Amino acid sequence: MSTPRFACLFPVVALFLLPSVRGAQGPNLGRPLTTEEIRKMDITVAPDGRGLPPGNGTVSAGAAVYAKSCQSCHGAQGAGKPQDPLTGGVGSLASGKPVKTPASYWPAATTLFDYVRRAMPITSPQSLTNDEVYAVTAYILSIDGIVPNDAVFDAKSLPRVKMPNRDGFVSWWPKAPR
Amino acid sequence: MGVIMGNLEKMESAKLREEPVAGNGLIGRRTLLRGALFSAGIAAAGVGAAQADDSVGADAPEWMKTPGRPFSAYGTPSKWQEKVQRIFTIAPGRAGTGVSRTPLHLLEGTITPGGLHFERHHNGVPDIDPGRHELFIHGMVKRPLAFSLDALMRYPMETHIHFVECSGNSGTFSSAQPPQITAGELNGLLSCSEWTGVRLATLLAEASVAKEAKWVIAEGADAAAMSRSIPLEKCMDDAMVALYQNGEAIRPEQGFPMRLLLPGFEGNMNVKWLRRLNVTDTPVDARDETSHYTELMPSGKARQFMFLQGAKSAIIKPSFGMNMKGPGLYEISGLAWSGAGRISKVEVSADGGKTWALVALKGPVMPMALTRFRLPWHWDGRPSTVMSRVTDEAGGTQPTRASWIAQYAPGQGYHFNGIQSWGIEADGTVKNVYA
Repeated sequence: MSTPRFACLFPVVALFLLPSVRGAQGPNLGRPLTTEEIRKMDITVAPDGRGLPPGNGTVSAGAAVYAKSCQSCHGAQGAGKPQDPLTGGVGSLASGKPVKTPASYWPAATTLFDYVRRAMPITSPQSLTNDEVYAVTAYILSIDGIVPNDAVFDAKSLPRVKMPNRDGFVSWWPKAPR
Repeated sequence: MGVIMGNLEKMESAKLREEPVAGNGLIGRRTLLRGALFSAGIAAAGVGAAQADDSVGADAPEWMKTPGRPFSAYGTPSKWQEKVQRIFTIAPGRAGTGVSRTPLHLLEGTITPGGLHFERHHNGVPDIDPGRHELFIHGMVKRPLAFSLDALMRYPMETHIHFVECSGNSGTFSSAQPPQITAGELNGLLSCSEWTGVRLATLLAEASVAKEAKWVIAEGADAAAMSRSIPLEKCMDDAMVALYQNGEAIRPEQGFPMRLLLPGFEGNMNVKWLRRLNVTDTPVDARDETSHYTELMPSGKARQFMFLQGAKSAIIKPSFGMNMKGPGLYEISGLAWSGAGRISKVEVSADGGKTWALVALKGPVMPMALTRFRLPWHWDGRPSTVMSRVTDEAGGTQPTRASWIAQYAPGQGYHFNGIQSWGIEADGTVKNVYA
């Protein structure tokens, strides 16, 4: 095969390839992020504990945080009203009268930490310190006895918590399970 | 009420030769066309006769005899349309978490006006200064990047029409008794817009995603920092960072200055006020993919990551609140949509599902967009049940309500796509019925 024929073929191949790239070529205007910027913005916590910050909190410290920042919406001991209950319902999911709470339904303790830290309290989100978030997470999970009253939560202990419904979810992505 | 009745005008039925296409008065389209042409001829003759009177001013309405109001910087709907408003379940003006619905029963066509797009907020609508907002891409990428709005404006853009539907839409069909509420109240966590923005794959390519990456954790800049795990596959496919909605900058309630648009995926994943995309190898069990938007089954297990909105349809005309004004010719009109692609078939029944008419789709049929369907119906005045069902191009269909309900624990209301029915009583009253 001669060189001129290759030269002819190349543009044809390129035409076929282009439509398969889902997104056009961009002008590369992204500003590089620094490690420090990423450290500050990255508040994602994974179920295996990746993303958990330094710090720690006890159940008793969490009770104080709860009384100050949570109780007016979620009631005494997380019983709910006016907003969602945070406790109770453990074992109710298959009963015909399911009660879904963090204690009864949420599969990972990290979810509670992640959600409280990013979104709560609703009137002043992202105002709690990491120690306070660890503490109030420990307190809420202690109410149903998921963790003992002397539990101390930190980046190592929190992901080890065995939530009652940890095996309760069946992933339907990318396909329904058989 | 006047607005509703205006939309439900009875059509000319003179000289109509009925050619039934299914039971209880459903009529073929060609027949209607002939009837319509005939009556149009009559109308034209009538207008000619009226023009014989040449004293123009005396009988003209007042708005023809005085100059109208001046030009306006940003137009608003007619004052006669003031009842066409989003539907609230909590008091308007209250912040926090909640929804407002699109009044589907007061609208026509397929595009939702920007100001009537449904809302779902988790802690109010943030007032974001676009000059201080950036989109961050980091995690399992070679080059973590920040994109300002100005930068994104220079990127190649695409325009697509897509619906966004909350996965909790129509969830009240899980209640034991059929709720007697309007089609908008039932199905109005559904809107459809023309979205313009930058393909997310373009931005991810610039950040250079690691081979091991499988998910992207998207986060909003609202006061809930709402966050969801999204399959990388979708992000590299048709996902868009949307900047415009129906030709104007995206509305604050829909994510100004930018939102994630995932065509066909449940509304909650289309993260508004998009701020951060963290590329990972695992989903993170975010609150809104565990506590919410998961489907509890009778066994106590729950389906998670049910992303696609199923094939679905609803008859909007007639529906609850649009009572029929005596026997005669009406148009049945409704909406069909699917997260899996285009609608390939719409069928309508006027006899409670005994017989079905195949609807000829006349308007545009686009993937993951609302499709409007219409079918003439001669109502004979007897009690009737009208219903619709659709098939999408992936073969997806609508189950009966009963078989949909049977899959789930009591009260489970996410991803309802069962067949919906309206019962029409002899006096013309339209009721939501479980048929």
